[in-house]
Amino acid sequence: MDQLSQHIVNALMLGGTYALLGIGLTLIFGIMRVVNFTHGELYSFGGYMIFLFTSVLGLNFYAALIVALVLGILLGAVIELVLLRRLRGADIDTTMLVMIGCWMVLQNTEQMIWGGVAKAVVSPLPEEPLVLGSVSVAWLRVFVFVVAALLILATYALIHWTKLGKAMRATFQDRDTASLMGVNINAINTATFALGSGLASAAGALLGPVYLVTPTMGNLAALKAFAIVILGGLGNIQGATVGGFILAFAEEMGAGYISSGYRDAMGFLMIIVVLLFKPTGLFARAERIG
Amino acid sequence: MAQTWMKAALIAAGVSLAIGGALEAANTIKIGVNQPLTGAVAASGNFVANGAKIAADEINAKGGIGGTRIELVIEDNKSNPTEAVAVAEKLIVRDKVPVMMGAWSSTYTLAVMPKLMEYKIPMLVETSSSDKITTSGNPYVFRISPTSGMEAAAFADKVGRLKIRKADFLVVNNDWGKGAADVFQKMLKDKGVVIGVVETMDAAAQDLNAQLSKIKGSDADTLFITTAVEQLTLALKQIYALRLKRQIITTGGSQNPDQLIEQAGAAANGTLHLTTFAPWFPGVSPNPEATKAFIAEWVKRGNKFAGLTEGFRGYDGIRTIAAAIAKAGKAEPEAIRTALWNTQLTGLNGKIAFTKAGPKGKESGQSIPDVYLIKIDNGKVALHLR
Repeated sequence: MDQLSQHIVNALMLGGTYALLGIGLTLIFGIMRVVNFTHGELYSFGGYMIFLFTSVLGLNFYAALIVALVLGILLGAVIELVLLRRLRGADIDTTMLVMIGCWMVLQNTEQMIWGGVAKAVVSPLPEEPLVLGSVSVAWLRVFVFVVAALLILATYALIHWTKLGKAMRATFQDRDTASLMGVNINAINTATFALGSGLASAAGALLGPVYLVTPTMGNLAALKAFAIVILGGLGNIQGATVGGFILAFAEEMGAGYISSGYRDAMGFLMIIVVLLFKPTGLFARAERIG
Repeated sequence: MAQTWMKAALIAAGVSLAIGGALEAANTIKIGVNQPLTGAVAASGNFVANGAKIAADEINAKGGIGGTRIELVIEDNKSNPTEAVAVAEKLIVRDKVPVMMGAWSSTYTLAVMPKLMEYKIPMLVETSSSDKITTSGNPYVFRISPTSGMEAAAFADKVGRLKIRKADFLVVNNDWGKGAADVFQKMLKDKGVVIGVVETMDAAAQDLNAQLSKIKGSDADTLFITTAVEQLTLALKQIYALRLKRQIITTGGSQNPDQLIEQAGAAANGTLHLTTFAPWFPGVSPNPEATKAFIAEWVKRGNKFAGLTEGFRGYDGIRTIAAAIAKAGKAEPEAIRTALWNTQLTGLNGKIAFTKAGPKGKESGQSIPDVYLIKIDNGKVALHLR
């Protein structure tokens, strides 16, 4: 029982960050129909930004988190303006190849600047963990969970209750009609890509101090994000949120009670099952985007 | 006409470049170095490569080998066994190296080994611990690092003194980790220790809470961990956050204790580590003068002190190869392989000399280095139970 409650807490903490990674990716696919291979690089970009601003430049940790989020948004906007805007109307394969190229360029640039050796980011949160009975969890993980939840809620709110969100949903439903109704599709695309990228960067900045920052940290993160998006249904934000938690629980319980050697396989095994029986994802019937 | 001239000029330039390249190649003895310079275990690979450079510069400063300079061709295997094979092939076929050093992880080394047989090129193994490397019948392998079996044997007399009654294992899911778990379990069972759970983790995994929570459910008193410093840092931090109270002992010699102190902080306190080099105490080295000189040069070059426990292997490895080439009198693979059997020198962690290991007729070479147990105590490293 003690072990089970510890596993549940672990899975919740992990699920929050998985959900955050997933919604950024699903948003971009849903609205722009772009398979964003740079998602993992924005994640490691966030990790390096938190390292740069706290460990190198000595900025306050919380301020550095906000800076990482903002810089992620800016980098996303630049990628959209420079690459994706020119590719609008190009077929999905072309865009995919360009994004794969961009992923490689970003990863190698990181490697060139920072070197291949992992960096550790020090957080100001207490090293002593939070202990509740038999369950114990690092304060940093709790903080990361809370911030991730807030960012997810903020994204929901943005999509549901703002004019920008309404325009995003309209673009998702029918791009041409939305455009005829006066929605500026270019601006929506930039905003969407920037927002998705910002979320990935924030995830990297949050998890950098939990783990270590390396140029390849985004690879595994992107793989998980893709899994979550497929699980939840492409373009489905609720699906991605729930999908993130499902993947975390599958990994945690699979590793805890079946075999840790197959931990990363558990999630993907589940995806194979989902794709076989419900290829549009677990939550396909729910309204997409918001 | 102008075009023809252009072509001719280009060809001439190409030919002169090719000749230039060949001349330069003839002027140096190339030694291939296959290390993980990026990816999951990049810290270690860079340290080994930096140690190798110090050895090469030292040898060249003394006039090289018989008047010929040595040249290291260092390639990155990206912490990936497939890339390690590609690197080996590139070093052999394109750079035409007569001998190599590599490839850090047991998994990379095992992946490269068939290529050694194919091209008949000897390789000095500087780090890998999997017993399989020297028992699989590959006569091109010469290892200066201890096998997991040697580490287990060196540790055997400390089991009682550390009061180990029941032990769990957390090892990286590859040849190194699983091999170490096997031999340590066998040794502990012989000592009457009960084995609890044995958990594995993917080499790139960052979140180990699932495995550690399972270990928390066991009633063992000691946890053995085998992995490289990056993952070990994460494991220690997560163990601390989970309040998993165990005597922690790590194996494999790739823990970089100073890096653990710096990056894991309080979580590293009280942990024990089996290591093959103790740069904090150059006096216990079999060669204190050389050790002090190496440490001074290492630090002078701006390398982190933490990297010494990896860096010395690159240094010893290249010195061993150079000694073998000098003994062979020529930089040819078969001559170097033969010479390696008769090469003897004092490394920074013991006498380096190869004894035969593995199936008869196709033995691999294995040297027997020192093994130390160290403890991290209040952010300081101390020799333990000597």
